[in-house]
Amino acid sequence: MSAVWISVIAVGAATVALKAVGPVLLGQRPLPSWLAGPVALLAPAVLAAFVVTAAVGGDRAIVADARLVGVGAGAIAIALRAPILAVVVVAAAAAAVARLIT
Amino acid sequence: MIAPIAVAAAAFALSFGVLARSAGMGWVAPLVMSATTFAGSAQFAVVSVLNGAGSAAAAIAAAVMLNARYAPIGISIASSFRGPAPRRLVQSQLIVDESWAMTLRRRGGFDVHVLLGAGGLLYLAWNAGTLLGLVLGAVVGDPNRLGLDAAFPALFLALLLPQLRSGRAVSAALLGGGIALVLIPFSPAGIPIIAGAGAALLGSGTK
Repeated sequence: MSAVWISVIAVGAATVALKAVGPVLLGQRPLPSWLAGPVALLAPAVLAAFVVTAAVGGDRAIVADARLVGVGAGAIAIALRAPILAVVVVAAAAAAVARLIT
Repeated sequence: MIAPIAVAAAAFALSFGVLARSAGMGWVAPLVMSATTFAGSAQFAVVSVLNGAGSAAAAIAAAVMLNARYAPIGISIASSFRGPAPRRLVQSQLIVDESWAMTLRRRGGFDVHVLLGAGGLLYLAWNAGTLLGLVLGAVVGDPNRLGLDAAFPALFLALLLPQLRSGRAVSAALLGGGIALVLIPFSPAGIPIIAGAGAALLGSGTK
Protein backbone atom coordinates (compact mmCIF):
# COMPACT_ATOMS: atom_id res chain seq x y z
CA MET A 1 0.00 0.00 0.00
CA SER A 2 1.28 3.49 -0.79
CA ALA A 3 2.25 6.05 1.84
CA VAL A 4 -0.74 8.15 0.75
CA TRP A 5 -3.29 5.39 1.43
CA ILE A 6 -1.65 4.27 4.67
CA SER A 7 -1.81 7.88 5.91
CA VAL A 8 -5.38 8.46 4.74
CA ILE A 9 -6.73 5.28 6.36
CA ALA A 10 -4.77 5.61 9.62
CA VAL A 11 -5.59 9.30 10.11
CA GLY A 12 -9.25 8.71 9.21
CA ALA A 13 -9.57 5.84 11.70
CA ALA A 14 -7.75 7.75 14.46
CA THR A 15 -9.92 10.84 13.96
CA VAL A 16 -13.16 8.85 14.03
CA ALA A 17 -11.99 7.28 17.31
CA LEU A 18 -10.89 10.60 18.85
CA LYS A 19 -14.23 12.25 18.07
CA ALA A 20 -16.24 9.25 19.28
CA VAL A 21 -14.41 8.50 22.53
CA GLY A 22 -16.43 10.99 24.60
CA PRO A 23 -19.96 10.55 23.18
CA VAL A 24 -19.71 6.74 22.79
CA LEU A 25 -17.62 5.57 25.73
CA LEU A 26 -17.16 8.10 28.47
CA GLY A 27 -20.49 9.71 29.12
CA GLN A 28 -20.03 12.44 31.71
CA ARG A 29 -16.55 11.62 33.02
CA PRO A 30 -14.14 14.55 32.40
CA LEU A 31 -10.61 14.25 31.00
CA PRO A 32 -8.04 14.04 33.85
CA SER A 33 -6.37 17.43 34.34
CA TRP A 34 -2.81 16.14 33.88
CA LEU A 35 -3.86 15.11 30.36
CA ALA A 36 -6.15 18.04 29.54
CA GLY A 37 -3.38 20.67 29.82
CA PRO A 38 -0.93 19.19 27.29
CA VAL A 39 -3.74 18.16 24.91
CA ALA A 40 -4.99 21.76 24.76
CA LEU A 41 -1.51 22.95 23.83
CA LEU A 42 -0.86 20.33 21.12
CA ALA A 43 -2.58 22.31 18.35
CA PRO A 44 -0.64 25.60 18.80
CA ALA A 45 2.69 23.74 19.22
CA VAL A 46 2.20 21.53 16.17
CA LEU A 47 0.81 24.31 13.97
CA ALA A 48 3.78 26.56 14.82
CA ALA A 49 6.16 23.72 13.93
CA PHE A 50 4.30 23.41 10.61
CA VAL A 51 4.59 27.13 9.87
CA VAL A 52 8.36 26.96 10.36
CA THR A 53 9.03 23.73 8.43
CA ALA A 54 6.74 24.69 5.54
CA ALA A 55 8.28 28.19 5.32
CA VAL A 56 12.02 27.45 5.52
CA GLY A 57 12.37 23.65 5.56
CA GLY A 58 14.54 22.08 2.83
CA ASP A 59 16.29 18.75 2.37
CA ARG A 60 18.06 18.74 5.76
CA ALA A 61 18.76 22.46 5.43
CA ILE A 62 17.13 25.77 6.25
CA VAL A 63 16.25 27.39 2.91
CA ALA A 64 15.21 31.02 2.47
CA ASP A 65 13.45 31.37 -0.90
CA ALA A 66 10.32 32.79 -2.55
CA ARG A 67 8.17 30.99 0.05
CA LEU A 68 9.12 33.69 2.58
CA VAL A 69 7.73 36.36 0.26
CA GLY A 70 4.54 34.33 0.02
CA VAL A 71 4.25 33.89 3.80
CA GLY A 72 4.81 37.63 4.31
CA ALA A 73 2.05 38.46 1.85
CA GLY A 74 -0.18 35.86 3.49
CA ALA A 75 0.48 37.38 6.92
CA ILE A 76 -0.62 40.78 5.62
CA ALA A 77 -3.79 39.19 4.22
CA ILE A 78 -4.44 37.55 7.63
CA ALA A 79 -3.91 40.91 9.38
CA LEU A 80 -6.49 42.44 7.01
CA ARG A 81 -8.94 39.69 8.11
CA ALA A 82 -9.07 38.12 4.66
CA PRO A 83 -10.87 34.75 4.39
CA ILE A 84 -8.61 31.70 4.42
CA LEU A 85 -8.91 30.99 0.68
CA ALA A 86 -7.82 34.58 -0.07
CA VAL A 87 -4.82 34.13 2.27
CA VAL A 88 -3.79 30.99 0.36
CA VAL A 89 -4.21 32.63 -3.06
CA VAL A 90 -2.33 35.80 -2.03
CA ALA A 91 0.58 33.77 -0.59
CA ALA A 92 0.84 31.56 -3.69
CA ALA A 93 0.60 34.51 -6.09
CA ALA A 94 3.26 36.53 -4.21
CA ALA A 95 5.66 33.57 -4.23
CA ALA A 96 5.02 32.96 -7.95
CA VAL A 97 5.70 36.62 -8.76
CA ALA A 98 8.88 36.54 -6.64
CA ARG A 99 10.06 33.50 -8.63
CA LEU A 100 9.36 35.21 -11.95
CA ILE A 101 11.40 38.26 -10.95
CA THR A 102 14.42 36.49 -9.42
CA MET B 1 -24.71 32.46 10.97
CA ILE B 2 -24.03 29.00 9.57
CA ALA B 3 -24.23 29.92 5.85
CA PRO B 4 -21.08 32.10 5.71
CA ILE B 5 -19.19 29.50 7.73
CA ALA B 6 -20.28 26.75 5.33
CA VAL B 7 -19.06 28.86 2.38
CA ALA B 8 -15.74 29.42 4.17
CA ALA B 9 -15.47 25.68 4.84
CA ALA B 10 -16.10 24.90 1.17
CA ALA B 11 -13.43 27.41 0.15
CA PHE B 12 -11.01 25.92 2.69
CA ALA B 13 -11.74 22.41 1.37
CA LEU B 14 -11.21 23.71 -2.16
CA SER B 15 -7.65 24.70 -1.28
CA PHE B 16 -7.19 21.23 0.27
CA GLY B 17 -8.32 19.62 -3.01
CA VAL B 18 -5.98 21.79 -5.11
CA LEU B 19 -2.95 21.15 -2.86
CA ALA B 20 -3.65 17.41 -2.47
CA ARG B 21 -3.97 17.03 -6.23
CA SER B 22 -0.73 18.90 -6.95
CA ALA B 23 1.04 16.91 -4.21
CA GLY B 24 0.26 13.75 -6.21
CA MET B 25 -2.34 12.20 -3.89
CA GLY B 26 -4.58 11.27 -6.82
CA TRP B 27 -8.38 11.61 -6.87
CA VAL B 28 -9.80 9.02 -4.53
CA ALA B 29 -7.53 9.34 -1.48
CA PRO B 30 -8.29 13.05 -0.87
CA LEU B 31 -12.03 12.37 -1.22
CA VAL B 32 -11.87 9.47 1.24
CA MET B 33 -9.84 11.65 3.57
CA SER B 34 -12.35 14.50 3.56
CA ALA B 35 -15.20 12.02 4.15
CA THR B 36 -13.53 10.22 7.07
CA THR B 37 -11.14 12.70 8.72
CA PHE B 38 -13.25 15.85 8.16
CA ALA B 39 -10.74 18.15 9.94
CA GLY B 40 -8.86 20.79 7.96
CA SER B 41 -5.55 21.24 9.74
CA ALA B 42 -4.86 17.48 9.99
CA GLN B 43 -5.65 16.95 6.31
CA PHE B 44 -3.30 19.76 5.28
CA ALA B 45 -0.68 18.34 7.63
CA VAL B 46 -0.74 14.99 5.81
CA VAL B 47 -0.47 16.67 2.39
CA SER B 48 2.35 18.89 3.62
CA VAL B 49 4.44 16.08 5.14
CA LEU B 50 3.97 13.70 2.17
CA ASN B 51 4.63 16.52 -0.30
CA GLY B 52 7.92 17.23 1.51
CA ALA B 53 8.97 13.57 1.05
CA GLY B 54 8.20 12.76 4.70
CA SER B 55 7.19 9.23 5.74
CA ALA B 56 3.65 7.99 6.29
CA ALA B 57 4.49 7.54 9.99
CA ALA B 58 5.46 11.22 10.32
CA ALA B 59 2.31 12.33 8.47
CA ILE B 60 0.08 10.16 10.69
CA ALA B 61 1.78 11.30 13.92
CA ALA B 62 1.44 14.98 13.00
CA ALA B 63 -2.22 14.64 12.01
CA VAL B 64 -3.14 12.64 15.11
CA MET B 65 -1.52 15.25 17.36
CA LEU B 66 -3.49 17.98 15.62
CA ASN B 67 -6.73 16.04 16.07
CA ALA B 68 -6.02 15.01 19.66
CA ARG B 69 -8.12 18.03 20.72
CA TYR B 70 -11.26 16.23 19.56
CA ALA B 71 -11.02 13.83 22.49
CA PRO B 72 -11.52 16.54 25.17
CA ILE B 73 -13.97 18.44 22.92
CA GLY B 74 -16.06 15.29 22.50
CA ILE B 75 -15.84 14.50 26.20
CA SER B 76 -16.94 18.03 27.10
CA ILE B 77 -20.27 17.52 25.30
CA ALA B 78 -20.59 13.75 25.71
CA SER B 79 -23.57 13.90 28.05
CA SER B 80 -25.73 15.68 25.41
CA PHE B 81 -25.74 12.74 23.02
CA ARG B 82 -28.74 10.41 23.18
CA GLY B 83 -29.62 7.03 21.71
CA PRO B 84 -27.75 3.76 21.13
CA ALA B 85 -23.96 3.65 20.71
CA PRO B 86 -23.87 3.27 16.87
CA ARG B 87 -26.03 6.37 16.54
CA ARG B 88 -23.84 8.34 18.95
CA LEU B 89 -20.79 7.17 16.95
CA VAL B 90 -22.19 8.58 13.70
CA GLN B 91 -23.36 11.81 15.35
CA SER B 92 -20.01 12.37 17.05
CA GLN B 93 -18.33 12.54 13.63
CA LEU B 94 -20.07 15.89 13.02
CA ILE B 95 -17.99 17.44 15.81
CA VAL B 96 -15.62 19.98 14.27
CA ASP B 97 -14.24 23.17 15.77
CA GLU B 98 -16.86 25.36 14.08
CA SER B 99 -19.95 23.26 14.83
CA TRP B 100 -18.85 22.87 18.45
CA ALA B 101 -18.14 26.59 18.91
CA MET B 102 -21.44 27.54 17.31
CA THR B 103 -23.32 25.27 19.65
CA LEU B 104 -21.65 26.72 22.73
CA ARG B 105 -22.60 30.25 21.77
CA ARG B 106 -26.28 29.48 22.25
CA ARG B 107 -27.60 30.38 25.66
CA GLY B 108 -28.82 27.75 28.10
CA GLY B 109 -26.20 25.06 27.65
CA PHE B 110 -25.34 22.71 24.86
CA ASP B 111 -27.90 21.78 22.18
CA VAL B 112 -26.94 18.65 20.27
CA HIS B 113 -29.37 19.51 17.44
CA VAL B 114 -27.44 22.68 16.65
CA LEU B 115 -24.28 20.59 16.48
CA LEU B 116 -25.88 18.09 14.13
CA GLY B 117 -27.40 20.75 11.87
CA ALA B 118 -24.29 22.89 11.64
CA GLY B 119 -21.97 19.89 11.47
CA GLY B 120 -24.05 18.24 8.75
CA LEU B 121 -24.02 21.35 6.57
CA LEU B 122 -20.28 21.80 7.12
CA TYR B 123 -19.75 18.13 6.18
CA LEU B 124 -21.54 18.59 2.83
CA ALA B 125 -19.66 21.85 2.13
CA TRP B 126 -16.35 20.21 3.06
CA ASN B 127 -16.73 17.27 0.68
CA ALA B 128 -18.16 19.31 -2.20
CA GLY B 129 -15.31 21.81 -1.83
CA THR B 130 -12.75 19.00 -1.87
CA LEU B 131 -14.16 17.60 -5.13
CA LEU B 132 -14.15 21.05 -6.73
CA GLY B 133 -10.55 21.61 -5.61
CA LEU B 134 -9.45 18.28 -7.11
CA VAL B 135 -10.96 19.24 -10.47
CA LEU B 136 -9.32 22.66 -10.27
CA GLY B 137 -5.98 21.18 -9.15
CA ALA B 138 -5.85 18.92 -12.21
CA VAL B 139 -5.79 21.94 -14.54
CA VAL B 140 -3.48 24.09 -12.42
CA GLY B 141 -0.17 22.61 -13.64
CA ASP B 142 3.23 22.83 -11.94
CA PRO B 143 2.38 23.67 -8.32
CA ASN B 144 5.68 25.25 -7.30
CA ARG B 145 5.82 27.60 -10.30
CA LEU B 146 2.44 28.87 -9.09
CA GLY B 147 3.77 29.34 -5.57
CA LEU B 148 1.56 26.66 -4.01
CA ASP B 149 4.47 25.62 -1.74
CA ALA B 150 4.14 29.07 -0.12
CA ALA B 151 0.43 28.46 0.43
CA PHE B 152 1.17 25.85 3.13
CA PRO B 153 3.02 28.04 5.66
CA ALA B 154 0.53 30.88 5.12
CA LEU B 155 -2.33 28.48 5.71
CA PHE B 156 -0.82 27.03 8.89
CA LEU B 157 -0.17 30.58 10.11
CA ALA B 158 -3.84 31.42 9.55
CA LEU B 159 -4.82 28.30 11.53
CA LEU B 160 -2.31 29.02 14.30
CA LEU B 161 -3.27 32.60 15.16
CA PRO B 162 -6.80 31.86 16.50
CA GLN B 163 -5.21 29.22 18.78
CA LEU B 164 -3.07 31.79 20.63
CA ARG B 165 -5.67 32.69 23.24
CA SER B 166 -3.52 32.23 26.34
CA GLY B 167 0.04 32.82 27.49
CA ARG B 168 0.55 29.07 27.64
CA ALA B 169 -0.59 28.67 24.05
CA VAL B 170 1.82 31.41 22.92
CA SER B 171 4.77 29.85 24.72
CA ALA B 172 3.86 26.38 23.37
CA ALA B 173 3.76 27.85 19.84
CA LEU B 174 7.09 29.68 20.24
CA LEU B 175 8.71 26.55 21.66
CA GLY B 176 7.19 24.31 18.99
CA GLY B 177 8.35 26.58 16.18
CA GLY B 178 11.80 27.00 17.75
CA ILE B 179 12.36 23.26 18.24
CA ALA B 180 11.30 22.59 14.63
CA LEU B 181 13.65 25.29 13.30
CA VAL B 182 16.64 23.90 15.20
CA LEU B 183 15.95 20.31 14.05
CA ILE B 184 15.34 21.00 10.32
CA PRO B 185 19.04 20.67 9.31
CA PHE B 186 19.55 17.48 11.32
CA SER B 187 16.48 15.29 10.79
CA PRO B 188 14.33 13.86 7.99
CA ALA B 189 11.07 15.59 7.00
CA GLY B 190 8.31 15.28 9.59
CA ILE B 191 10.56 14.72 12.61
CA PRO B 192 10.90 18.46 13.45
CA ILE B 193 7.10 18.65 13.62
CA ILE B 194 6.77 15.67 15.96
CA ALA B 195 9.55 17.06 18.17
CA GLY B 196 7.85 20.45 18.12
CA ALA B 197 4.77 18.81 19.60
CA GLY B 198 6.88 18.06 22.68
CA ALA B 199 6.61 21.79 23.34
CA ALA B 200 3.01 21.18 24.39
CA LEU B 201 4.27 19.21 27.38
CA LEU B 202 6.91 21.82 28.24
CA GLY B 203 4.47 24.68 27.68
CA SER B 204 1.86 23.23 30.01
CA GLY B 205 4.41 23.37 32.82
CA THR B 206 4.71 27.17 32.54
CA LYS B 207 2.35 29.68 34.08
